[in-house]
Amino acid sequence: MSVEAQRETFIDIMAKFTAYTGKHLPDDVLSKLKELQEKEITPLANIIYDAMFEDLRMADELDRPCCQDTGVIQYFVQVGTRFPLIDEIEDCLREAVKRATIIGPLRHNAVEVFDEKNTGNNVGKRIPWIDWEIVPHSDEATIYVYMAGGGCSLPGTAKVLMPLEGYEGVVKFVFDQITSYGINACPPLLVGIGIAGSVEVAAKLSKKALLRPIGSHNPNPRGAELESRVENGLNAIKIGPGGLTGENSVMGVHIEEAARHPATIAVGLSTGCWAHRRSAIKITADLDYEIISHKGVIL
Amino acid sequence: MSRKILTTPIKNEDLDSLTIGDIIYLTGYLITSRDDVHQRLIKQHKPLPVDLSGKAIFHAGPIMREIEGQPGKHEVISIGPTTSMRMEKYEQAFIAQTGVKLIVGKGGMGPNTAEACRKYKAIHTVFPGGCAVLAANCVEEVESVEWLDLGMPEAMWVMRVREFGPLIVSIDTKGNNLFENNIKAFNQRKEVIVEDICQHVDYLE
Repeated sequence: MSVEAQRETFIDIMAKFTAYTGKHLPDDVLSKLKELQEKEITPLANIIYDAMFEDLRMADELDRPCCQDTGVIQYFVQVGTRFPLIDEIEDCLREAVKRATIIGPLRHNAVEVFDEKNTGNNVGKRIPWIDWEIVPHSDEATIYVYMAGGGCSLPGTAKVLMPLEGYEGVVKFVFDQITSYGINACPPLLVGIGIAGSVEVAAKLSKKALLRPIGSHNPNPRGAELESRVENGLNAIKIGPGGLTGENSVMGVHIEEAARHPATIAVGLSTGCWAHRRSAIKITADLDYEIISHKGVIL
Repeated sequence: MSRKILTTPIKNEDLDSLTIGDIIYLTGYLITSRDDVHQRLIKQHKPLPVDLSGKAIFHAGPIMREIEGQPGKHEVISIGPTTSMRMEKYEQAFIAQTGVKLIVGKGGMGPNTAEACRKYKAIHTVFPGGCAVLAANCVEEVESVEWLDLGMPEAMWVMRVREFGPLIVSIDTKGNNLFENNIKAFNQRKEVIVEDICQHVDYLE
């Protein structure tokens, strides 16, 4: 295949996959929402969950984005150094977003800073945002799509704590933000926490934590324990679906960390709404694909 | 149980008996008005191109599509609520100046909006967040669009809706505020829970 033909295949896959991501929640999110719905007992919480599942059913049936805020498109790319289109990925993803905006359709969400003009095609300066991870000796690429909506991005925050504030400081930081900003961010939320030595590392890790499948745990036993304590604690606050009270608050709590500086504990927080539109696709050197997040789906 | 349906133009007495936590539906005119519309009216003093008196506004930025063969005519694809709290800064003045009676959004609003709801007899309601196709299905027609120069999410989309809901009353005309009450309860529980977790995270050597 010529490079031009390869590019066209890659763009076509990613445009369709990006549009698909806005219309169908991933398997892990769907099963968690069903589990949480079954635990609800009040009429109000049940009305909200019924509305959510009715919305998803109609989005599927009518082939439309299940939430109108299809977000600023972010791609988290794990690319093998031998992936044949490594030089073309960025350019192809920008083109894929333009096409997805039409075929979705997606809402126009890229507003140029200073000019304050909406570009109308979801492409702008440094947008779609692309995060790169290089995988040595591999000829494949795994690409995560994340639709960063305004509502679920609004609680995002990060701060550098002094070490003597300890992990207690981290816990307080997270709880204060979720019980204020988190209530309006379409709970039940997925909570991503990054812990590191500086603010940008913590913030970035908090977003990467949202890419992990629900039900996965931090490999460090203390990390896993803290995830579970924060999850149980947030659920015991009983924020409920839509912040209208209920039996739970979150779909999960994920923590990702990087070694910190002795003099700092930086904490980052990102939240995903119940309509957590995060997807993952693996693309081989031959440009065959497998959708990891939505099992068995063919574009 | 029969549905409680409000129809525009909404009068003060239609709202008197409503209390926070009630579930209602809207029939009539619903016009999207979010950040930029509030900013243009209140901060920049630009006259609104749509009369909102007795009508309902929707804190929402929709996905609209131009209907093929009908230039300027749109159909709604997805339209769920956006975070109402962003409009708290200007909502009191907005209610006072426009005479809007019903605000639809997502999540709570603050004391300024609650005061305006009490003073000018208006209510804030919540449509289930993220349920954008469900909401689009209640729209009969997109009659017109104003201020489209603001872009698709920020423009004023004038829609006729039928039994649009469920809408949960979050601020009533007495100034009661459902989310403020919820937050008080959340914060009380939080203090005990955080204290308990902090007993177990003393990882520093």
